[in-house]
Amino acid sequence: MNAPRVIDVRGLRYRYPDGTLALDGVDFHLCAGECVALFGANGSGKTTFALHLNGLLVGEGSVRVCGVPLAASVSAGDLALVRSKVGLVFQDSDDQLFLPTVLEDVAFGPANLGLTPEEAAARAKVALEQTGMAGALHRAPYHLSSGEKRRVALAGVLAMQPEVLVLDEPTTALDPPGQRDLIALLRTLPQAKLLVTHDTSFAAALATRAVFFERGRVAGEGGLPEIVNRFHWSR
Amino acid sequence: MRSAARETWIVERWSRGSSPLHSLDARAKLAALAVYLLAIASTSAWTQAAVAGYAVILSAALAASRLPVPALLARAALILPFSATFALITWLSGDATRALALVEKSFLSGLAVLVVIAATPLTDLARALEAFRVPRSLVLVIQFLYRYLFVVADQAHRMRMAAACRQGIRRNARPRFHAAAGAVGVLFARSWERADGIYRAMAARGFHGTFPALAPTRFRTVDGVFLCGFALAALAVRLML
Amino acid sequence: MHIPDGFLTTPVWATLDAIAIPAVAWTARRAQSELESPDDRRIPLLGVMGAFVFAAQMINFPVGLGTSGHLVGGTLLAITLGPAAAVVVMTAILILQALIFQDGGLVVLGANVLNMAVVGVLAGYLPYRLAGRGKARSAAIFLGGFCSVAASASLALAELLVSGVPMARQLLWFSAGLFLVSGVIEGAITAAATRAIEGMNPLWIREARPARPVTIAVAVLGAAGLLAAGIAVASSAPDALQALLPGSKNAGIPEGRLTKIVLGLAAMILLYAACVIAGRRIARQRSA
Repeated sequence: MNAPRVIDVRGLRYRYPDGTLALDGVDFHLCAGECVALFGANGSGKTTFALHLNGLLVGEGSVRVCGVPLAASVSAGDLALVRSKVGLVFQDSDDQLFLPTVLEDVAFGPANLGLTPEEAAARAKVALEQTGMAGALHRAPYHLSSGEKRRVALAGVLAMQPEVLVLDEPTTALDPPGQRDLIALLRTLPQAKLLVTHDTSFAAALATRAVFFERGRVAGEGGLPEIVNRFHWSR
Repeated sequence: MRSAARETWIVERWSRGSSPLHSLDARAKLAALAVYLLAIASTSAWTQAAVAGYAVILSAALAASRLPVPALLARAALILPFSATFALITWLSGDATRALALVEKSFLSGLAVLVVIAATPLTDLARALEAFRVPRSLVLVIQFLYRYLFVVADQAHRMRMAAACRQGIRRNARPRFHAAAGAVGVLFARSWERADGIYRAMAARGFHGTFPALAPTRFRTVDGVFLCGFALAALAVRLML
Repeated sequence: MHIPDGFLTTPVWATLDAIAIPAVAWTARRAQSELESPDDRRIPLLGVMGAFVFAAQMINFPVGLGTSGHLVGGTLLAITLGPAAAVVVMTAILILQALIFQDGGLVVLGANVLNMAVVGVLAGYLPYRLAGRGKARSAAIFLGGFCSVAASASLALAELLVSGVPMARQLLWFSAGLFLVSGVIEGAITAAATRAIEGMNPLWIREARPARPVTIAVAVLGAAGLLAAGIAVASSAPDALQALLPGSKNAGIPEGRLTKIVLGLAAMILLYAACVIAGRRIARQRSA
C-alpha cells in the first residue's frame, strides 16, 4: 500500500508499574484512510497498545504518529499535536462524557486546542451533525441511551478533527440497530481507523486487514478472513 | 432507604422547565434566596404574621415557577421528621411557640431552597457559584460528583441486587457484615478506576491541567427587578411583621 | 446529623459560617498540594469519590437487632485521599445534600461543614495519623471512624443546645448513647472496608507517617477539646457549664441564655482552633 503511514510502531515494549509485561515488542503500522481490526484475547495488551498511540502511555521502542516521534522526552507541544491527530474513543462512554451537557462535552476537546468558546462550539455542532446527534445539544449525557452516548463520545473526538480514529470495543452495549448505525456512520468518515474489538462481524463490515495480539506480541497479521480462520476467532 | 439517584432525577427534570422563574439568571435567584433565608434565620421574635408574610412571598415564586406544587411540598416535607422530633422535644419541655417556630422556619427555608433548585439547571447554578467566588476546585468537584452520582449509584444498586439474589435465608449477621464491607471495597475500586478512566479520556482530548472557564451569562434588567423585588419583600416581612 | 435552617440562633450560625468559609477555602488550596497536583488533574477523582460515598451509603450493614447501618465516610476518605482532599469532598457532598435533598440548611451550611466535613474528617484522621503504623493500625482506623461520627454528632448537639433547643437530661444521655453506638458502627465499617480495599490494592490506602511529639500534643489538645464539647453536651443546665469555669458565678457573670451562648461558643472556637492547628501540623509534616 502506497498511502503514507499515519501510525508507525516498532519494537514497542511496555511494563506496568507492578511489573507485568503488557507489550513485548510490537510492530504495527496504519496507513492513511485504512481501516484495521485489532483482535486478541482479553488481557493480550490491546487496550494498553491503544493508549500508546495517543501518548497516554509511553514505553520503549518507537511510536511515530503522523511523523511525530512519541518518546518519554516528547515536548508538550508535540504531545498536544499527537493528541489532536489521534482520536481515542474509549470503551466506557461514561468515562468520556463528563461535562454537564452534550454541547459542552463535545466542545471540550476543541477548547483544549486553544480555540475560542465560539469556535469550539461551532466545531462541536458540526461534529454532532456528523454523528446525527445535533438534536441533543443541551441534553445531559446521563439522560442518553448507550447508542447515543457512543455517538456523542465519537463526536467529541471528531470535533478535534483527527487524522486517525482508534475505537476501543465500540460495539459494547450497542443493540444490533445501534451497531448497524455505527457501521454506516464509520463508513462515511474518511479517517484511518483502528478497531480494537472482539466483534468479528462488526470488524468485517469495515476492516480489510487484521492484526492479532497474543501476550503482548503481534502473533499474526493479514487479510481479515484469513486471520479469523487462522486463530479460530469466531463463535 | 431513599434512592439518591431517583430523587436527583426528579429535581433534574423539574429544573429543565421553562417558566418565568426558570428563565431568570441563576445569580439573581441565588442572591434572592440568600436574602430570604437570612431574613428567616435572623428573626428571633417569630410571629404567625411573619410566617404568613414569608409564605406569601414563597407562593409568588412557586406560582412563577409553574412547578407541581403538591409534589414539591411532599419533597420539602422530607425535612419534617428531623424538625418534628426536635419540635416535639421543645413542646414537651413547655415551649409550644418555639416548637412551632422550629417546624415553620425549617420547612419554609427548605421549600425555598427546593423551589430555586427545581427552577435552575445545575450548570447555571455552578456558573453562579463561581461568580460568587466559591473556590473553583470546589465547584468542579460538585459538578463531577453530581455527574457520576448516577453512574456510581447504578453500580451500587446492581451490586445490591446481585447480593440479594444470593443472600438466601442466612440470618447470621457477621458474614453479611463482611460481605457488605467487601461490596464497599469493590465500589471503591470501581470508582477509583472510573476516575482514572475519566482522566485518561480527558488527557486524550488534549486536557492539560485547567478546565475551560464557564462562559458568563448576561444579567438582564428583569433579573435585577426580580432580585430587588424579592429581596425587598423579604426584608419588609423581616422588619415589619 | 444535618442541622436544618431555623434551628440555630443568629450568633451561632453567623460565627460558624464565618469560621467555615475561610477553613474550606484554605483546605481547597491545601488539597491540591496534598494530591501532588498543581492543577485540576485530580478533580475528577475527588468528584467520583464523592459519588462513591453517596452510593456506598446505599449498602446496608447488619448491626444486630434487625437494624442496619451504613458508612458515613469521612475517615475512609481521609486515609485514602488525605485529610484536606477529604474535607473538600465532604464539603461538596454537604452542599449537594443541602441543595438537592434538603438534608441540612443553607444558612447553617457552615455549621454542618464544620461538624461533618472539617471536624468529622480531622477527628477521623488523627488516630490513624498517630498510630497508623504497626500493631495498633486496625485499632487506629476503628477509633478514627468512631471519633469522626461521635465528634460530629456531639458538636451538632452542642450547637443546638447553645442555640437554646431545650433538652431534658435523660434525653441527653440517650443521645450520648446513640452517638456512641453510631461511632462504634462507623468504626467497624471503616475498618472492614479499609481491609477490603487494601486487599485489592494496598496503594489506595495512604501510609501514615511516623508521628512527632508535637502532633501528639496537638492530638491530646484536640481530644481535650472534644471532651469539653462532650461535657457541654451533657450539661444543658447553665450551672453545670459554669462549673467548668471555677469562680465564674462569684465573678458575677449573669446566668441564662447569654452565658450559655458565650461559653458554648468559646468551647467550640477552642475545639476548632485545636483542629485547625492539628490539620496545619499534619499538612506541614506531609509536605515536608
